[in-house]
Amino acid sequence: MDTGAAIEMIGVNKWFGDFHVLKDVSMSVNPGERVVICGPSGSGKSTVVRCVCRLETHQKGVIRVDGTELTDDPGSVAAIRSEVGMVFQQFNLFPHLTVLQNLMLGPTKARGLSRLEAEERARMYLERVKIPEQAGKRPAQLSGGQQQRVAIARSLCMEPKVMLFDEPTSALDPEMIAEVLDAMVELAEEGMTMVVVTHEMGFAREVADQMVFMDAGEIVETGSPAEFFETPKSHRCQTFLNQILRH
Amino acid sequence: MKNRKTCLGPSTGKGDHPAPPPARWRRWLSSANECHQSLRAAPVLRFRANLTGGIQAFRLLAVCAPLLLVSGCSSSTAWGWYVIDPRTESGWTNVKFLFSGMGSTILISLIAAALSITIGLIVALPGLSDRWHFRIINRVYVEFIRSIPLLPMLFWVFYGLPIIFRSMGLDIPIDPFWGAIITLAVSDSAFTAEIYRAGIQSVARGQSEAAQTIGLNYAQTMRYVVLPQAIRRILPPLANQFIYIVKMSAFASVIGMQELTRHANELVVTEYRPLEIYSLLILEYLILVLLISAGVRWLERRMGSDERI
Repeated sequence: MDTGAAIEMIGVNKWFGDFHVLKDVSMSVNPGERVVICGPSGSGKSTVVRCVCRLETHQKGVIRVDGTELTDDPGSVAAIRSEVGMVFQQFNLFPHLTVLQNLMLGPTKARGLSRLEAEERARMYLERVKIPEQAGKRPAQLSGGQQQRVAIARSLCMEPKVMLFDEPTSALDPEMIAEVLDAMVELAEEGMTMVVVTHEMGFAREVADQMVFMDAGEIVETGSPAEFFETPKSHRCQTFLNQILRH
Repeated sequence: MKNRKTCLGPSTGKGDHPAPPPARWRRWLSSANECHQSLRAAPVLRFRANLTGGIQAFRLLAVCAPLLLVSGCSSSTAWGWYVIDPRTESGWTNVKFLFSGMGSTILISLIAAALSITIGLIVALPGLSDRWHFRIINRVYVEFIRSIPLLPMLFWVFYGLPIIFRSMGLDIPIDPFWGAIITLAVSDSAFTAEIYRAGIQSVARGQSEAAQTIGLNYAQTMRYVVLPQAIRRILPPLANQFIYIVKMSAFASVIGMQELTRHANELVVTEYRPLEIYSLLILEYLILVLLISAGVRWLERRMGSDERI
């Protein structure tokens, strides 16, 4: 049953030991759609995106990415990983490789591209995130914002259909946040399907097609940004918005 | 407690200050200082620091050895350096005999170390598994092997293992050479396994997660992302283990292996000069270990173990 959705989650449940992290999470992301997930810390937002790229396994329910269901079968995991790019809060660049090598590792080893093709592609995406001049440096020589843009470019080099962002700006100094958000906005304008876990409400208002508010492992409220920010329905959502928008 | 506090805190009384070192020492101390400071500076300087460290060790050696000789030859105690005096014919023969064990000591140590780092990795990998029955294999091996003292294990391998082989109908003789190598490699591999495990675990989990999300499989993740980072942290403790193997290879003398210690023992029995001969023996090990240290530092620089990442 293919509904044409890029990501589809139906009744997903997950436990860490006794702790019920995801309770009947269901959502659907259409191709080209931008979804922003927000909510208080510990609400399971990160776990949702980590389940989609199979860094965590769910115990109940169905997750489909581009029509392929996620199971324990290594083939399905590999298939889904090739469709999904992931950007982490802590960048997770490979410190022993240069920026260019970071970008070329996936395409050459997992996709079988030649070094020349991979380098051409890597330089193109570095250009897109506006740091072509840093290609020969080590990640540690870059600022946080530059590192995160390299991480975005590294994911894009695998040419995924969906990009997942797990609090991409939370580890950055305030003056670095804008450059990373700019890169993400640009990506959104090109029509990339994106699922973004973030507290950057300005970004959410600007690019989101759909807002998802999570608390204590459940999806409490979904809606367009306009509805979500102006007339939140649930009490929990109102309290959360009051807290983060006050400043 | 009070005493310790005054020791650590800033000194107030005049009497606290230690007397300044004599001028002759100062040069030594200042080069030690230099070394310490340049450790914090650029990598180029660190290269010099390493050299300084090595040079200092050799300086120490160069001073200590003649001192021993001089004190031995000149004092009234009954030293008899003539046994290893290279100027006399018999002394030179003895020195050559003592140093001729060097080859097998090095060979035993090298083969044992190579086996140990191979077995160590094979034992370490199941220890990193998510599945408990894999981890059990690792734990049992490490705990069991680690608890056997080297000498009993050597006896067991050399005298006991052939009996087991014979009862199984196998004709595998164990000579002192291979007996020593097997014992050293196996007993050391438990430690190497733990070094690998700690090194691999010290690479942040996010690294292998990131590798997975760009499509690398387990083997590729290990090969291109985790091990290259782990090896920088593993190398210094592995070098320690190698030095340990070199020193423990002396035990091979008790099963009749002709190496450094064995030769010294044999010479002592004929010459009755234990002090002089064992002094030279210690010097031989010192030279060996200092050479290994220098080699390891060179390797660390090449692998970037001295870099902060």
